[in-house]
Amino acid sequence: MEKILEILKAIDPTIDYENIDNLIDGKVLDSLQIVTLVTEISNKFDITISPKYLEPKYFNSVDAIWEMVQDIQDEL
Amino acid sequence: MTVIDYLYHSAELFPEKTAFEDSQKSVTYRELLSNAETICTQLRQVAPVVKSPIAVLIDRNVESICCFLGIAMGRNFYVPIDITQPEERIGTILRKVSPAAVISLGNCKESFLPYIEEIKAPLLEYSELLKGEKDPGLVRQLQEEALDTDPLYALSTSGSTGIPKTVLISHRSVLDFIPVFCGTFHFDSNEIFGNQAPFDFDVSVKDIYSALYLGATVYIIPAVCFIMPKLLIQTMNDKRISTIIWAVSAMCIVSELNIFELITPTTLKKVFFSGEVMPVSMLNVWIKYLPDAMYVNLYGPTEITCNCLYYIIDRSFDPDERLPLGKPFKNEGVFFLNDNGQPIKPGETGEIYVTGTCLSLGYYKDPEKTKEVFIQNPLNPDFPELAYKSGDMAELGEDGNYYFSARRDFQIKHMGHRIELEDIEMHLNSLPSVTRAVCLYDEPRKKLITFYIGTEDYISVLNQLKKLVPKYMIPNIVFQQDTLPRNKNGKIDRKALFAIYEKSL
Repeated sequence: MEKILEILKAIDPTIDYENIDNLIDGKVLDSLQIVTLVTEISNKFDITISPKYLEPKYFNSVDAIWEMVQDIQDEL
Repeated sequence: MTVIDYLYHSAELFPEKTAFEDSQKSVTYRELLSNAETICTQLRQVAPVVKSPIAVLIDRNVESICCFLGIAMGRNFYVPIDITQPEERIGTILRKVSPAAVISLGNCKESFLPYIEEIKAPLLEYSELLKGEKDPGLVRQLQEEALDTDPLYALSTSGSTGIPKTVLISHRSVLDFIPVFCGTFHFDSNEIFGNQAPFDFDVSVKDIYSALYLGATVYIIPAVCFIMPKLLIQTMNDKRISTIIWAVSAMCIVSELNIFELITPTTLKKVFFSGEVMPVSMLNVWIKYLPDAMYVNLYGPTEITCNCLYYIIDRSFDPDERLPLGKPFKNEGVFFLNDNGQPIKPGETGEIYVTGTCLSLGYYKDPEKTKEVFIQNPLNPDFPELAYKSGDMAELGEDGNYYFSARRDFQIKHMGHRIELEDIEMHLNSLPSVTRAVCLYDEPRKKLITFYIGTEDYISVLNQLKKLVPKYMIPNIVFQQDTLPRNKNGKIDRKALFAIYEKSL
């Protein structure tokens, strides 16, 4: 969870990630920031985020991202 | 002759064909011509002086295009304004350009109004303009008098003084480039262009005017497709897109996210990319899934109208290889000079210069900046001939190919945008709580880094910066310091700062 927050802070340090649940739907992050997010998560957690996860619901909040990462890790 | 002749021609040949389409609506060539005539007639009442700037609060839609052509028809030039920028920045651009009118597509925010009032420009609503009459006689008269040297559009780019520079392009430069561009790659009227580039980027000029020239179709891909791009390829297939002219960063979205594992384009034949150096590993993903498409690396700054060099990918490249810049388009002169003003030899690096009809008219209302980079061709002492001194450096490889190497100054390409690091520094330094700020760029990691001396923490500093500059200019990594290291000459030591940053990784 901390690691995800760190990645997000590096993308845009001014966003209050702990209290936001519409990172994608609310257009808080733009397309290039999402790419950075996906690549950084893949690198830092050593996982592959398959394109089927590229839906707003998996990326709208820190909690949602964390759950997705755990799901992918479980699949391994 | 002007680009409006393209419109007349295509409207005559293909009146009922779709010219532009977005996610909401579409216009045929007949409708596009008719809308442009109405806008031209209506604008004449508020902007009777030709060669005046008209600002358009753009969106990714058909209406933006109708406005552009209506403005051009009236012998004025359009200044596209991205409304997602902070209003302070929009204010700076409006003040600098001082447009004769501002056109809103129903998207003017209340916070823009004081800036529009300040410059005393009438705010016109597109839907209201279209309700007006058109005067075919007036329109015809204007076309009779039009010159190809009339300015067509002005695009703003980051400037090192903190005030954006506005690159002014004439009809003539577009008329020179577009037929060559279309001919080089064998486009015809059946082409369907999948537009990605926002209309304040000159990448989009190729979509708009190639289509007008050919009588082809542009589908304006909704921005949402690039956010969660599963939809993107589906949309491209539904709309039968045959050609894409995209920013490198947009192509990388698709390859980085492995979208092709899920779905691949079925109608795409030609792929063009520009704006940044394309990482070969990313291009190879595209080639792996779409081996039969043509891929073209394009190079050129906004100041020379789209592109001056192209390289058709004709062999496979290893991820550690570089893509060549290729050769000049017909009727464009490109040369490379070292610091002694001599053409570079193999193994040498030099600055890229461009000559020809493609050259911009200069920076609008900025003779000083214009004089700095639009100079007498250094290889020609005999008669006046302008050359654009690009500030881009290229290397002549031992293989005889030219390769992009770096910038001369502090200009960078970050998230698809051209940014002067000094632009960010100026705005940081303008904050009362900041004594001194320096910006660096980590090219391989694509990180914008800032060191600053100041009284407030970085979150508060960045939040203030957000009100002044676009989102893509917000630093990713920030260091608050008590002092900044200086070199022997008393200048801030950027190398030492970079070392501090690298140590922190």
